[in-house]
Amino acid sequence: MNILRKLENIFRLGLKELVSLAYDPVLSILILYSFTFAVYSPAKNAQMELANASVAIVDEDRSTLSMRIHDALLAPFFFPPGHLSIGEIDEAMDSGRYTFILDIPPNFQADLVAHRHPTIQINVDATAMAQAGTGSGYLSSIISQEVRTFLGEDEIGLPVKLVTRAMFNPNLQSTWFLGISQIVNNITLLAIILTGAALIREREHGTMEHLLVLPLTPSDIMIAKVWANGLVIVVAAAFSLKVVVQWALGVPIAGSMLLFLGGTVLYLFSVTALGIFLATISQSMPQFGLLAIPVYIVMSLLSGGNTPLDSMPEALQVVMYASPATHFMSIAQGILFRGAGLDVMWPEFAAVAGIGAAFFVAALMRFRASVAAG
Amino acid sequence: MTRGDIVARLDEVTHHYGETAALEAVSLELPSGCSIGFIGPDGVGKSTLLGLLSGVRIIQTGTVQVLGGDMRDLAHRTTVCPRVAYMPQGLGRNLYPTLSVFENVDFFGRLFGHSQEEREWRIQELLTSTGLATFPDRPAGKLSGGMKQKLGLCCSLIHDPDLLILDEPTTGVDPLSRRQFWELVGRFRERQAHMSVLVATAYMEEAERFDWLVAMDAGRILATGTPQELKTQTGAETLEQAFISLLPESKRKAHRPLSIPPPRTQDGAPAIEAHDLTRRFGTFTAVDHVSFRIVRGEIFGFLGSNGCGKTTTMKMLTGLLPASEGEARLFGQPVETSSLEVRKRVGFMSQSFSLYAELTVQQNLELHAHLFHLAKDTIPDRIDEMVERFGLGDVREELAERLPLGIRQRLSLAVAMIHGPEILILDEPTSGVDPIARDAFWELLIDLSRHHEVTIFISTHFMNEAERCDRISFMHAGRVLAQDTPEGLIRARNAKTLEESFIAYLEEASTTPDQPASETDPPTPSPPNTSPHRESLRRFDIRRMWAYARRETMEIRRDPIRLGFAFLGPIILMIVFGYGITFDVEHLSYAVLDHDRTPESRQYLENFSGSRYFLEQAPLRDYAQLETRMRSGELKFSVEIPPGFGRDLTRGRRPEVGLWLDGAMPFRAETSRGYVQGVHQAYLTDLIRREFGTEVEALPVGIDARFRYNQDFKSVFAMVPGIIMLLLMLIPAMLTAVGVVREKEMGSITNLYATPVTGLEFLLGKQLPYIGIAVLNFTSLVLLSLGLFQVPIKGSVAALVLGGILYVIAGTGVGLLISTFVKTQIAAIFATAILTTLPAVQFSGFITPVSSLSGSARIMGYGFPSSHFQQISLGTFTKALGMNDLIIPLAALASFSVLFLLLSRALLKTQER
Repeated sequence: MNILRKLENIFRLGLKELVSLAYDPVLSILILYSFTFAVYSPAKNAQMELANASVAIVDEDRSTLSMRIHDALLAPFFFPPGHLSIGEIDEAMDSGRYTFILDIPPNFQADLVAHRHPTIQINVDATAMAQAGTGSGYLSSIISQEVRTFLGEDEIGLPVKLVTRAMFNPNLQSTWFLGISQIVNNITLLAIILTGAALIREREHGTMEHLLVLPLTPSDIMIAKVWANGLVIVVAAAFSLKVVVQWALGVPIAGSMLLFLGGTVLYLFSVTALGIFLATISQSMPQFGLLAIPVYIVMSLLSGGNTPLDSMPEALQVVMYASPATHFMSIAQGILFRGAGLDVMWPEFAAVAGIGAAFFVAALMRFRASVAAG
Repeated sequence: MTRGDIVARLDEVTHHYGETAALEAVSLELPSGCSIGFIGPDGVGKSTLLGLLSGVRIIQTGTVQVLGGDMRDLAHRTTVCPRVAYMPQGLGRNLYPTLSVFENVDFFGRLFGHSQEEREWRIQELLTSTGLATFPDRPAGKLSGGMKQKLGLCCSLIHDPDLLILDEPTTGVDPLSRRQFWELVGRFRERQAHMSVLVATAYMEEAERFDWLVAMDAGRILATGTPQELKTQTGAETLEQAFISLLPESKRKAHRPLSIPPPRTQDGAPAIEAHDLTRRFGTFTAVDHVSFRIVRGEIFGFLGSNGCGKTTTMKMLTGLLPASEGEARLFGQPVETSSLEVRKRVGFMSQSFSLYAELTVQQNLELHAHLFHLAKDTIPDRIDEMVERFGLGDVREELAERLPLGIRQRLSLAVAMIHGPEILILDEPTSGVDPIARDAFWELLIDLSRHHEVTIFISTHFMNEAERCDRISFMHAGRVLAQDTPEGLIRARNAKTLEESFIAYLEEASTTPDQPASETDPPTPSPPNTSPHRESLRRFDIRRMWAYARRETMEIRRDPIRLGFAFLGPIILMIVFGYGITFDVEHLSYAVLDHDRTPESRQYLENFSGSRYFLEQAPLRDYAQLETRMRSGELKFSVEIPPGFGRDLTRGRRPEVGLWLDGAMPFRAETSRGYVQGVHQAYLTDLIRREFGTEVEALPVGIDARFRYNQDFKSVFAMVPGIIMLLLMLIPAMLTAVGVVREKEMGSITNLYATPVTGLEFLLGKQLPYIGIAVLNFTSLVLLSLGLFQVPIKGSVAALVLGGILYVIAGTGVGLLISTFVKTQIAAIFATAILTTLPAVQFSGFITPVSSLSGSARIMGYGFPSSHFQQISLGTFTKALGMNDLIIPLAALASFSVLFLLLSRALLKTQER
């Protein structure tokens, strides 16, 4: 009987939360934006692997071979190459217009035929960390390939051959990866801000005090916020995964979507609690904004969704393993790309659940304390 | 009264809010140089009318002429603005709570362009005459309601207005403060005989004092004239009765004089009890040993000045605040331990409106009905009953935020009573409610008390309400002064009325230094020059901008948490990211599946285990294990040696080694492939040299890859400039994000509408302090990269500094722009977070070069300041570029700064709808 009443309280308060959310249309538009455009655009148009690399050729030779090299720089790896004169190289590199500039010297083809061992220069903008290394490797192999073909040579018979196969993402397309990362990041952002700000809003408008004289416990109030905001986010994430990632971006989803959504629910439990925790620390909305943003950026940029976790200093890795976002990112990658099931992913699930429970209890304790302090 | 000039004239003025009409074809002439009261029930359009007259609201239809010109005409409004003062509804709505008394008045003085000397004597004069001069350093937020209103009046009078507009200035103010307030207004009017005063009020006894009255109902004018004229016209004795008889038949019918049956004699268990209840906040004692005992069915009134501890006492009774000492009991149970069951028997209404403004009337009622677990089938009937009782039928589907003050109060009451509580604790429930609605409400209370044995604990500022209570308690400065029946209290002081008795008690008690004897007119310093100063009417006045900048700075300085985060946040984040975000791939976990297990295969694999890039894990047994371990993410790649590798190698049959990459993270997979190929190549070169004694045939061309700017290819040189770019967008934008919308939510935005400050001055004034903070952030980040990360500036320092300044102007501009178009602070924070992170992290060249972006990403990349500053940051730190190389991005940043400001100005409303 008592538990039923508690459940009804939580249910009713949650409904109220949903109505409040719908009240500000700007908020709804932003939620829509963050799960459509903000997933699609970076995934499609800002790839991290060698894709659409900007390359220019300074062709001082203008021979058949230099034309062949030019023609071999193909999409999707490269944008159509630009043409520069030798004097423009520095300016073009400085302004970041091109990441790679090939300089094919005069008489390149003639020198090659005459075995004079000519040299092609590749200028690489080494500040473009994500592309510089792989891109120069690609360019070298494209040039050698073209040179050998031109000379009519076959690849020399090496004693051992290395055959590479990429599992889970055969063409190593970062679109797959970025789409998922963006969803995970936006889940984090929304969960922290929506729940935390909703709490502060109640406090600033005096409605929190009002709730506390009703026959409700702080945990009712908190759980209501968690489920209502969590629900909106899970629905938005499921929509984004199905429509934006799977359909619009054409990413095949290897594992069980249901399992992933289950993981999302577990994850939301911890991030919404984190949002509430931050809200109890801050006294006003401006403070909350300044507190929530750094927490979010650290959680998302260092979750392994942008750069690999293994390369971080060990102390930082330890810290990041305490962040639920890190585990959730592994769950997302594991289930969605690698098709892993609960049998493989259970340690990550357990970690998310454990951290979530800890966060929730901490937030509830803080919340109770802040309520008692008046 | 002389009927001389006209101060304002309205002609066929109609005003609508959505479907609801606030004013219907109102035509009116207001005589100059006198005090005019606007009286009428809640939501009849009084506030709208005053808003239109002050120029704060946009005129929809009709003409409004004030001080001899059309208020639609911007030029006239600008000219007339310094001659008008407007004080909005609500206690201290246009004040800044963290600013001190002096600073608040000073801020307004600066807005009107007074010189320092002039400000000083004016403030001194105003504070002395209002009795606020004894605590000029107290924050406005900590003042009592009456004090707040006096301070608000000071702020309005600083510029000697010709027209003073006060919207319900004394609602929620105690009788003594109210009396003092009007004496103050009277004194100012004596000094400035030409000043006209327009006041909206819900107190009929106050209306008696005005020279001329405008009685309003349902958006129309019922009657105008002096109080005496109105009374004569209707043949009524009091103004309240006169007003009621002016109302249309239908509304009048509902009203009948109240009769109070005598209380039943009860001596059963007390419903509410307090013994020596005490509450301290630090050294301040808000409630000092208060005791009372209220029996079932009694109506117990609580009267006292603002801030005397009434609300604190009520909060202790409801369990919202723990008592420092003493005990409170409800139904005989101590409050602290009272169960949820007890709370269900209590209804509480707090002083400020605390329902959900974003829910409709119906939704608010439903929510509470369910939270109190009324039986499902009874809920609709119960809600209908409440709606009918409190006259909420017309606004049932209206959002609570759209309701006028008085109707909101009724909704709060309806909510407090929905579950039929046995105890009602009501904190000033009728503040701002019109007389008719108040009577209807009391009728209900009396019915509850007399027929349903509901115990009522109520605080009020209305004396006629206090007279209806069975017993009342006068409170002052945390103590109970007297407690008796109304008649008893009048007798005890030999007073004629309860008000006289109350004020006598109060005056006796207020001999503390906190309450200066403001009854006598204190000597005021004489002004150095008597000609009223008129501030400049320039379109842009740097002093007004500075006034806002100064105020904003003071507010941040009083908020140590925000200040701390603003300064330390970027530094901490830079350190975390500087070490955390790296593209140097190391420690790649891998395992081998060796089907061959010969010396040859082991020799091949040794190359891997020797590399610092790789971290070997336990070997794989079979394909199934390879699959699971890759799937779990444990292994970043696996190497598979086929059966017969050694045999095939020696026989020259070219065996194939398999490399399985984890493609889930493409960037890492690419890098792993590169490393593995390197190791493989080294093995081959070594093998060929050993077996055949020859070098591998070299390629007939040389390929000379020149890694420019960053020869060592260390990611810190690319990351650190990028992190500066990232943080200098996210933090400054967040600093300004709530700037404007917070003023909208809190109400102080009215000062933009009502004072001469222009939109541009307001925006720039708000932006300046944050630009200052952001420039300091920029400095600390640059120093951090030079010192801690050892990333030197190879190019032009001047270009970097100039770029940094322009970038933070643009960044704070983004926040301000978002702040001008959103409705709530939540939306502002959320929008800033989501709209700045995407272009700053993904489309700025931080991860993917901007030159590789396509489609919408490219447009967003170039259409946002971050990519341009990334060029400057990378250019000056790593690429050794000079000022000349960076002219284009610098110009782009400058354009963004201006563009964002102009857009904000275009979106900022300088009048209310």
